[in-house]
Amino acid sequence: MLRFVLNRFLAMILTLWVIATLTFLLMHAIPGSPFNNLNGKVLSDAAVKNLEAHYHIDQPLPIQYFIYLKSIATFTYGPSIKQPAQTVNDLLGRGFPVSFELGMWALVVAVLTGVLLGIFAALKHNGLIDYLAMTLAVLGISIPNFVLATLLIQEFAVNLHLLPAGTWQGLSYMIMPIIALATGPMAIIARLIRSSMLEVLTQDYIRTAQAKGLPPFIIVMKHALKNALLPVVTVLGTLAASILTGTFVIEKIFAIPGMGKYFVDSINSRDYPVIMGTTMFYSALLILMLFLVDLAYGWLDPRIKQSKEGSK
Amino acid sequence: MKKPLGKLLEVKNLHVSFQTHGGEVHAVRGVDFDIEQGETLAIVGESGCGKSVTSLAVMGLIPKPHGKIVAGSIQFKGTEISTLSAKRMRRIQGSDLSMIFQDPMTALNPTLTIGSQLTEGIIYQKKLSRQAAHQKAIEMLELVGLSNAEQRMKQYPHQFSGGMRQRIVIAMALICKPSLIIADEPTTALDVTIQAQILELFDQIQEETNVSMIMITHDLGVVAKTADRVAVMYAGKIVEMGDKRDIFYHAKHPYTQALLNAIVRLDLPSDTLKPIEGAPPDLFAPPQGCSFCDRCPFAMEVCRHVQPPTTAVDDHHTADCWLLDKRADAALAKG
Repeated sequence: MLRFVLNRFLAMILTLWVIATLTFLLMHAIPGSPFNNLNGKVLSDAAVKNLEAHYHIDQPLPIQYFIYLKSIATFTYGPSIKQPAQTVNDLLGRGFPVSFELGMWALVVAVLTGVLLGIFAALKHNGLIDYLAMTLAVLGISIPNFVLATLLIQEFAVNLHLLPAGTWQGLSYMIMPIIALATGPMAIIARLIRSSMLEVLTQDYIRTAQAKGLPPFIIVMKHALKNALLPVVTVLGTLAASILTGTFVIEKIFAIPGMGKYFVDSINSRDYPVIMGTTMFYSALLILMLFLVDLAYGWLDPRIKQSKEGSK
Repeated sequence: MKKPLGKLLEVKNLHVSFQTHGGEVHAVRGVDFDIEQGETLAIVGESGCGKSVTSLAVMGLIPKPHGKIVAGSIQFKGTEISTLSAKRMRRIQGSDLSMIFQDPMTALNPTLTIGSQLTEGIIYQKKLSRQAAHQKAIEMLELVGLSNAEQRMKQYPHQFSGGMRQRIVIAMALICKPSLIIADEPTTALDVTIQAQILELFDQIQEETNVSMIMITHDLGVVAKTADRVAVMYAGKIVEMGDKRDIFYHAKHPYTQALLNAIVRLDLPSDTLKPIEGAPPDLFAPPQGCSFCDRCPFAMEVCRHVQPPTTAVDDHHTADCWLLDKRADAALAKG
């Protein structure tokens, strides 16, 4: 097990290096410089030269690349070019907790409601609940989250005055963004659980469990669900990614002070340290998610765990 | 030994049907049998004759909503169980009446340790503590001949061979000390040497626990080794029933005779297989007369129109065949 974790850790670092290199190349492939338009002021050539020297942008690309790799390895991204008063770490420290709170809640809500909806649909296969749940699922998959977000604001904030339309100041502010973000993933999970549950329920070991006289609740929760969860865990990594990137749009719509704003702004203004910091941060987060998904596999299906250990 | 309080299980006129896209299948069409404490009844027949459906009906595991017990009664220890609510049936399932399924490779849940699968039944049924159940499960694993039971409890099904898994399934069926075990083709999925070991194990268990068994099989070798009495099923009906000796040496029904003839014997110089010509009848529309008459070399006119009554050959031996009627000789001589 330790060996597996260690191997994966090395692979993670390698992946991060590839992402860092690609980001570096793309970042410098975009024409323009951070000093083209600094907070609305046009700078003199001499000032630009000085600034470029200060940020090492006048150096040849290979040298910039090494400076860049060094700053990533030591987590010292330096101050933002556009807002020199704060470092990239400050921005991350302020924006990330908000984005993380929103993203995690959305993921938790999506998984819980998706799994429940899927189970009910499977147990009442071809019944009313099944049809309702699957109609909801198709709607959830086909409506983009920004459309849903605007509809929610229109209905619950503008028409009914039930919920605040934006910003991030407490529970009532969280409800609509979380719903908007969670609905799509929830629908995908519900459909997956339903179909894998239907398959699992016809397996011989379910009949064995019935022959033991176990009540349906225990059979579903203990015997069926663990097997039915596997396909969901497979997509959980990608779903987490889509939720994280989904937060960019949702944060914008609901005026939530998360990381999405910095991410998009930094690219528009060629704020190199901020691009670097946010990209690496999100990449590391995603890779970590995928790693957790792999660990969850082993927990759900002991056969996978063993073959993994056996192959190392 | 316990005194037998009447019959342990009495099945009377059992009819089971399935609703399918093609119409209603009459899988079991009037089956009668009974079992006493400590006895083994073998139900033999070819694929699709309704032997597994009969056993599922007794276990209360007919898949709903397609399958249904249409008529008949199943009495277990004097209680009618065919009409029990699912909730009350659960108290009997697995505790007093348990089942061993055909394929040990799929009958165990791949994601749970065998310890958890062994103990869950007795914890739920008999409200045993985890430790007590654990102890009991180890005892059972030792009884079925698994060494290192303590460590084995923590392992998953894929870490066992087919024969060992079947032993675990048997231990699972035994753990609540049932009065009756239904074994549905318990050796079919195993290779021959393991088959012999498992059958040996059944003998030993029965000696130690005096449990009654229904052995569902299509293998007459298994019947010869385990059964006290034999019921031969064909097209949803029991066509002949008797003690093991009656069936093997004095078979009266042409189907039983044909079945015995079809056994491949390694000790005789016969080089050809003697299959039963033809195919079983369509159970969407069961025949009016005897279901075997199309394949029967002795079929008479009456066989096509009227179902043969169950006729007693002697005390424990019955067969459903017109040949046993007093008028048969005359009819055959004439025709």
